[in-house]
Amino acid sequence: MVEHRGIIQLIQTQTYHINMKTKLILSITLVIASNLAIAQSKFFTRNGSVSFFSKTPMENIEAVNNQSSAIFDTEKGEIAVSAQMKGFEFEKALMQEHFNENYVESDKFPSATFKGTIKNYSKSAFNTGEEKQVDIEGDLTLHGVAKHITTTAKITSGEGKIAASTEFNVAVADFNIKIPGAVIGNIAESILVKAVFQLDPYTK
Amino acid sequence: MKFLSYSAITLILWLSVVFSLSAQDDLLDMLESDIAPKDEKEFVYATFKTTRIINGQSVENTAGGHLNFIIGHRFGKINDGAYEFFGLDQATIRLGLEYGITDWLNVGLGRSSFMKTADSYLKIKALKQSKAFPFTATLFSSVAANGMKWSEPERDNFYSSRLSFAYQLLMARKFSNAFSLQITPSMVHRNLVETADDQNDDVFAIGFGGRIKISNRVSINGEYFYQLPGTNADKTYDAVALGVDIETGGHVFQFQVTNSKGMIEQYFIPMTTGNLLDGDIYFGFNINRVFTIGKKKKSD
Repeated sequence: MVEHRGIIQLIQTQTYHINMKTKLILSITLVIASNLAIAQSKFFTRNGSVSFFSKTPMENIEAVNNQSSAIFDTEKGEIAVSAQMKGFEFEKALMQEHFNENYVESDKFPSATFKGTIKNYSKSAFNTGEEKQVDIEGDLTLHGVAKHITTTAKITSGEGKIAASTEFNVAVADFNIKIPGAVIGNIAESILVKAVFQLDPYTK
Repeated sequence: MKFLSYSAITLILWLSVVFSLSAQDDLLDMLESDIAPKDEKEFVYATFKTTRIINGQSVENTAGGHLNFIIGHRFGKINDGAYEFFGLDQATIRLGLEYGITDWLNVGLGRSSFMKTADSYLKIKALKQSKAFPFTATLFSSVAANGMKWSEPERDNFYSSRLSFAYQLLMARKFSNAFSLQITPSMVHRNLVETADDQNDDVFAIGFGGRIKISNRVSINGEYFYQLPGTNADKTYDAVALGVDIETGGHVFQFQVTNSKGMIEQYFIPMTTGNLLDGDIYFGFNINRVFTIGKKKKSD
């Protein structure tokens, strides 16, 4: 027993001396590792494409924003998207000006955002490199109005890249966007929104 | 002590892990703070609704690949009375076309019934207001040729005598979504002036213009051109105008009352004869219709 205790004590004192430095090194390693882990569980883009289409017998209106940003957390299956309203480009310059000035009031509400989660998400079933169709549920905020929406998306995850695309319809009236009588026939009540993202691993 | 300091470092490190985890908890916050582009160079748009405040130019250009068709109309003087139906029986008109070669370079052509004048101009947007720069500056240069019959056909008349020129530096700031202000140093040169005692054929003026939006689609505009004393020998008045812009989608309608009949700088700056106090007021309107001709060119 004495011998044993001696050995244990020896080990303990030995380890105690190493311990402080080891702890520090271990901690630093852990910090870096955990940060890396966080980083690797998130994918992002700064040049995602968000576009919308309004089709009426009078005219078709189309606008694209190729500087939309998006982030996807593969641990939780959460997704967030942000598009600057002024980044939407129309073919007609005047239309673009009116869109910003009269309809979405970009000075007051500079961006449209979406924050949602993939329903029944499991990371392992996801990272296969094959295209998966998923349901996404979340809040779309536009013109200062948040609306709960559900949409389906196609997501391909694998080889350190994620591709995602979706399309859904939104009603102009839901977002408190007023259309004057003179152009009521030119702007559709329901607008088709399309989004395409190519996401890369997020590193600070 | 040594142990304590190691423990402290360890604790701080661990806290930093916990903190970095919690700080990144909200994806949308993270997106907007770290990833979304910060537009420091985002340029101000729509300082004015169209390329004219009322009579005079605004800093705005017709966009690249777009054609702006401008119909300007001034009725007669309101104080002409009931016989002239308060001016509405008479009218002068200017038809104008303005094309955006690029977003920053416009060329324009116009024909005024007043003094049977053709005008052409270049408009260059030189500086754009942004968070980094306080105002928009546009250069304007115009030449006009009047097509009136010579008043004294028996003497030697030269084509160059028909010409007059206008140069302006338009500087405007959009202070808020609703309020914009413009200052416009201007010079008008006429090759031939009306009277012999009009020694100085260069007229200098400073224009002041502004708008207040009363809704997203309607604004009230005001304009005043102050002629620098001693530069114009003709007895004229400073041009004053008050107007309303109504934007309806494809068109911008501008309604105004003004004391000047001419619709180009060469005429309304040095040749305004209406005395507001006597009721020499012209009612008028401009209709701006923009057509998309070419593909939109990216400005940057």
